[in-house]
Amino acid sequence: MHYLLTVIGDTDNSADDSAPGAIDAFNDRLKDEGRWVFGGGLTDPQDATVTDSRNGEPVFTDGPFVESKEFLAGFWVVTADDLDVALALSADASRACHRKVEIRPFGGVA
Amino acid sequence: MTDAETDVGAAAGLDEVLARVHREEWARVVATLARRFGDLDVAEDATAEAFAVAVERWRTHGVPPNPGAWLTTTAGNKALDRVRRESGRDAKQRQAHMLTDQLAGPPEPAGAVEDERLRLLFTCAHPALAVEARVALTLRMVGGLTVAEIAHAFLVQETTMAQRVTRAKAKIKAAGIPWRVPAAADLPARIDGVLTVLYLVFNEGYLASGADTDPVRAELTGEAIRLTRLVRELLPEDGEAAGLLALMLLTEARRTARVSADGELVTLDQQDRGAWDRTLVAEGHALVRERLASGRPPGRYQVLAAINAVHTDAADARDTDWSQVAALYDQLVRLDPSPVVALNRAIAVAELDGPHVALAQVDALATPLAGYHAFHATRADLLRRLGRSAEARGAYDRAIELSGNSAEMAYLTRRRDQLGSAGGR
Repeated sequence: MHYLLTVIGDTDNSADDSAPGAIDAFNDRLKDEGRWVFGGGLTDPQDATVTDSRNGEPVFTDGPFVESKEFLAGFWVVTADDLDVALALSADASRACHRKVEIRPFGGVA
Repeated sequence: MTDAETDVGAAAGLDEVLARVHREEWARVVATLARRFGDLDVAEDATAEAFAVAVERWRTHGVPPNPGAWLTTTAGNKALDRVRRESGRDAKQRQAHMLTDQLAGPPEPAGAVEDERLRLLFTCAHPALAVEARVALTLRMVGGLTVAEIAHAFLVQETTMAQRVTRAKAKIKAAGIPWRVPAAADLPARIDGVLTVLYLVFNEGYLASGADTDPVRAELTGEAIRLTRLVRELLPEDGEAAGLLALMLLTEARRTARVSADGELVTLDQQDRGAWDRTLVAEGHALVRERLASGRPPGRYQVLAAINAVHTDAADARDTDWSQVAALYDQLVRLDPSPVVALNRAIAVAELDGPHVALAQVDALATPLAGYHAFHATRADLLRRLGRSAEARGAYDRAIELSGNSAEMAYLTRRRDQLGSAGGR
């Protein structure tokens, strides 16, 4: 199965106190174990732009799609046999990036 | 006339057999199917269907020599039909072929049955599910209760409970919650959730809800004990598993003494202690002693077991060591500062310091426990002992209204009516 590990940023606690190299080490481990699909950190939500072409012409709006205290700060896509394996990975991911992490399975992968 | 009577008699006999087979085989059949099909929904529906077929078939053809095997086979065929139907509709042909191949393999060895049920238990009590969902799912899948029964037990609408169960099953499937007993390293962390669920199942059996339900559902208390034994076997070092087992045994030991012949609750102080199951008491005491000897700080189940050990140690209610009971409740309050624990502690306080002191403590819990029958029942008893009959009557009324247990209602009603006949205000 493929799981999305979402790194939850928090505007109330914006200090990044993840240990230097901890995320790199975690990424290397995912690759060594054959669990790595893709991952990366995102820049600040204020760098986001929302596009809406539902009415024909695209309309571009500055800012993220939802203004909230918590935001998407980064993610991993991993392969894991089941939720227990994904949960164990997410525990290490949360430790490495010092953020909360949400785990969600993909409904389908192209 | 005679024929009609015979039919009624035969039907009653069959009902009894069906109830027993349901109790004994439900979890086994669900667990076996869930493992084979990897889908709780399929397992549950197919098992329910198999029981429905059994009701009709066994009435005409008689009960088969091995009802469990008959049900497993029937449910397996129902499940296979459904999976084939759905896989056709979803055009997931490849998966269907794989599944069919898998199913054509050798049947599960009988010796794995206990493990199957333990797997089912750990799946239903997975920490990725909300606690209410874990309890509901365990009662449905492992305990075999209907959604309506579970809804009633936990005082929610049947539709709410149905959604809870459906959602939990969907998450197990979609999120990939595995179908297995966790690895040894993960067991201690996972055990707490399982014990919570088992204790809730036990309590629902011990103080069953529903005016038309047996006041005690021995099949639920028995099931909870059986599963807790399994957990303890799996984790002999886990103090709380031992504590919960001891607590259940010491409570179960008093089960038959707890409801009178005419279906009324008999309180601890009024129980015929000779009717207590000495084997269960001895086993419970041995577990409590074992935990004490370990020297490790006890968790809440171990403290609750110790409280019950004090009660079951006394040959007569008057010999109860209430100061020890109160001291244990003090310890419990530190571990679990919930209003329900505070309420139980006040009952011990009433014995030590009198009903007046206890009532003040109980009254302080009015806000969090306003909807809890035991709060009003305790209050009613204390008010009665203080001679405040009119207030006691009001508290009994409220307790009767909130109690879902037929034996407790009978007891509370008699107590209330005694106030009347005694000429209380």
